[in-house]
Amino acid sequence: MPLVEVAGVTHVFGEASSRRTVLSDVDVGFDEQRIGIIGANGSGKSTFARLLNGLIVPTDGSVTVDGLSTARHGREIRRRVGFCFTDPDAQIVMPTVGEDVAFSLRSADLSKDEVRRRVATTLERFGLADLVDHPSHLLSGGQKQLLALAAVLVTEPDLIVMDEPTTLLDLRNARMIGDVVAQLDTQVVLVTHHLDLLQGFDRVLVFNEAHLVCDASPSEATEFYRRLMA
Amino acid sequence: MNDLGLYLPGDSLLHRCPAGVKLGGLFLLGAGSIFIDGVIPILAGLALILVLYAVAGFPPLLAWRQVKPLRWILLFIAVFQWWARGWQSAVDVVGVIVLLVLAAALVTLTTRTNALVDVIVAVLRPLRPLGVQPERVGLLIALGIRAVPIAVGFSSEVRDAQRARGLRASPRAYAAPLIVKSLRHADSVGEALVARGLD
Repeated sequence: MPLVEVAGVTHVFGEASSRRTVLSDVDVGFDEQRIGIIGANGSGKSTFARLLNGLIVPTDGSVTVDGLSTARHGREIRRRVGFCFTDPDAQIVMPTVGEDVAFSLRSADLSKDEVRRRVATTLERFGLADLVDHPSHLLSGGQKQLLALAAVLVTEPDLIVMDEPTTLLDLRNARMIGDVVAQLDTQVVLVTHHLDLLQGFDRVLVFNEAHLVCDASPSEATEFYRRLMA
Repeated sequence: MNDLGLYLPGDSLLHRCPAGVKLGGLFLLGAGSIFIDGVIPILAGLALILVLYAVAGFPPLLAWRQVKPLRWILLFIAVFQWWARGWQSAVDVVGVIVLLVLAAALVTLTTRTNALVDVIVAVLRPLRPLGVQPERVGLLIALGIRAVPIAVGFSSEVRDAQRARGLRASPRAYAAPLIVKSLRHADSVGEALVARGLD
């Protein structure tokens, strides 16, 4: 699994008059397969997730993935680190299911037959094969999130970062996404409010008011978080 | 039924026809439309388009649904043309617009967006030395097509929210949240495109 190292990271949003520190002095590294991230709204967990594939470059400190700096090698990092957003509608850019998965491979320099093969295999894997020509805007919320995940995984990233992928879903769809994540053999960083999805994870990080306040096993970290929110 | 002109899968002659041929035909129709003049040519054109809808396996109702969202604009144009230049001009202008809208919708209804984008990228490739980025233009067109159902969804969400709060139809109360939602969505799409390696 890739080694992710976050060293001395502080990140500040806004202009001089309205500066807000969203992450403060975060130091953490991991190479385990399953990393969970929890915390209250505005605690800095989504910013932390965006640091990992270079969507945000920290104001201070450094983030590296297998030694590659997100500040200097953004394009290479984004090829290796996939990202799933909370709202799949923002991530799905093509009108039909098959086209959206194929879109991820446009810059991969593959033959049309290879693109078709990879798209078909990926859709089959996520139970979307029958929906290949279906308009993406007519999918259910759970199916849209599955499509967003499929469109990321078709590029075969080394690490996938998921920012609250179940927040807009009902319990059944949230569990379905949780089951899919549990079966992935890719390294996963999952930001979530659904604490039951973190069972079986290797480590869970808890963020509070821009600080990393706990780094422990899922049971210890969720207990810590519950006490924090009480 | 699809009233947004988005691709409907099928195996008809039109579905199998290369995207470049369909786009070329649409271009010729658009360029040649300035020569369409009079009731008979317009009715003949409309009849031909409806036959093509049938060839693609689409019912006439689908054709009507492509034009229906424009009915008030078409009515306004017709009244203005009648007042300014007479009834024949009203028929010509409105007829040609309807013809072109139906033809353009038929192209998008029978062609995958990826195929359209491939043609546009190929056509624009010679312009690369002039600074044109064909892939970017293709992506813009794909995003534009994808944005149609999103914008329609935002519009009905805003209307529902207005109704739920008991507000009467107010252009400002409708436009402000719609614009804010659209801009936020555009921001998110931009971020997602970067995350998908399109920076």
